[in-house]
Amino acid sequence: MSNVLAVLEQRDGTLRKVSHEVVTGARRLADGLGGTVEALVLGAGAVRGTDALGSFGADTVVTATNPAFARYAPEGFTQAVAERAKASGFGAVVFAASATGKDLAPRVAATLGVALAADATDVAVEGGKVVVTRPIYAGKALLKVKLTTQPAVVSLRPNVFTPVERPKAGAAQAVSVDAPAGRVTVKEIKAAEAGALDVAEAPIVISGGRGLKEPANFKLLEELARAFGGKAAVGASRAVVDAGWRPHADQVGQTGKTVSPSLYIAVGISGAIQHLAGMRTSKTIVAINKDKDAPIFKVADYGIVGDLFEIVPKLAEEIRKLHG
Amino acid sequence: MKIAVCIKRVADSETRVKIGPDGKSLDEAGVKFVLNPYDEFAVEEALRRKEAAGAGEIAVIALGPAAAQETIRTALAMGADRGVLLQADRVPADGLETAKALAAELKAGGWDLILFGKMAIDDYNHQVGPMVAELLGLPCVTSIGHLELAGRKGVAEREVEGGLEVVEFPLPVVLTADKGLNEPRYPALKGIMAAKKKPLEVKAATFGPGGVEVLAMLPPPARQEGRIVGEGAAAVPELIRLLREEAKVL
Repeated sequence: MSNVLAVLEQRDGTLRKVSHEVVTGARRLADGLGGTVEALVLGAGAVRGTDALGSFGADTVVTATNPAFARYAPEGFTQAVAERAKASGFGAVVFAASATGKDLAPRVAATLGVALAADATDVAVEGGKVVVTRPIYAGKALLKVKLTTQPAVVSLRPNVFTPVERPKAGAAQAVSVDAPAGRVTVKEIKAAEAGALDVAEAPIVISGGRGLKEPANFKLLEELARAFGGKAAVGASRAVVDAGWRPHADQVGQTGKTVSPSLYIAVGISGAIQHLAGMRTSKTIVAINKDKDAPIFKVADYGIVGDLFEIVPKLAEEIRKLHG
Repeated sequence: MKIAVCIKRVADSETRVKIGPDGKSLDEAGVKFVLNPYDEFAVEEALRRKEAAGAGEIAVIALGPAAAQETIRTALAMGADRGVLLQADRVPADGLETAKALAAELKAGGWDLILFGKMAIDDYNHQVGPMVAELLGLPCVTSIGHLELAGRKGVAEREVEGGLEVVEFPLPVVLTADKGLNEPRYPALKGIMAAKKKPLEVKAATFGPGGVEVLAMLPPPARQEGRIVGEGAAAVPELIRLLREEAKVL
């Protein structure tokens, strides 16, 4: 029997939604290992949203506070998480494969001297060991690995572990922790446009390619995104990012982001293999393209052939009606 | 300015992945191998920093099979000064083992900057850079899209969900490069010729057993054959109906 440590994320004192997914994945491992889930959140003070964690599967919630933890502090976080993991002899430590988790999980694994399976899309326990399935080659293949060092350190791809609510409250405790001052400090977070969602975390992604003809036409996709009422982000193909039409942060594909939204709408994207790699794990894919032979239609659940400049505004109009 | 850049030979992003006969690895027949695209940004950044400093040395270090010498030559052709290959038939599945081998090589180098790509586009581990930093006890900033250095201090920007983190750090430091950091140069013919004469040291890499046992490499789950709903804007209402009633995503 061993317990699982779920390392959560907060921003500006509020728990980030991806934390529910981390607790969900940790719960699955804890059930397999016959142990409990301890949710650990690091912050400068109390973190909003931690009271709901019991219902996602946390048995205990620990808020580790330090004045330096208002923002991500790589060295302080590493020490705090590694010490917690060591002190309580966890069988597994689970992170989100978010910007922070991708930075923190390797540091913690190296500090503990154990292996890390990054960006997992499935976790299980087989014969008492943690088994992780993770996409490689940007999703053109999956690698199934067994972690043989303990604790098993795993980061979970956002949007894959659907939170399951259960009627159970977790016990909460707050502890203050010592942390080194740290040589690396986050001075500020320059926020993107208000309300802008990251393509890697948005439940709906609308991506555009060369078919949009020019950068200004992306406003059609932005309008469609707005019609979804704050749930959608606008992505882009490599061709348009390389052409400088859209920032790299928006690129979906093998040298961009791999995304798994519940709805992916590809607009004017032909579907090069390196793009398909980045979005093929989306739950539902819609393609809009004028070329009926475009490869994108091979992976799309639903396709519309035709002029995107007529189809996209109509789609936005219909979505607005639904959300009206 | 003394700079080390850790690079990797990877299958090109246009590769159609075929699983090898062992069921655990890529079938490399006919696969084109390239310098990992994120590592190109790291090499380019090293070149710019050396050029700006007016002096210095850039070593590129790769861990991989004998064929990774070609990958090192690519970086040398871009302008790096010398190469080191830590030769191994296979790159370990456990990134920490790779990190340990690199850290051992880097340890006594007296580097001002140690650069990596933010991840390799084959194994998607995105962990070796920050692990090397931890093993060497160096500060580290990952996935940077912007870098400013002044004396022994630097400021980097890294993308986070919905924004950019502005991060300060001292040198020496380990940095991992994201796309957008710079625009990598193509090796010029002169560079390619010069690269052939640059020193490239080959050493055998040694690893521990590691903590990752590969059970299987699998094809991604097949997507069910989709369908064309219709043509033009007239098909939109039917698409909406299918998204609501069949896919249940609206």
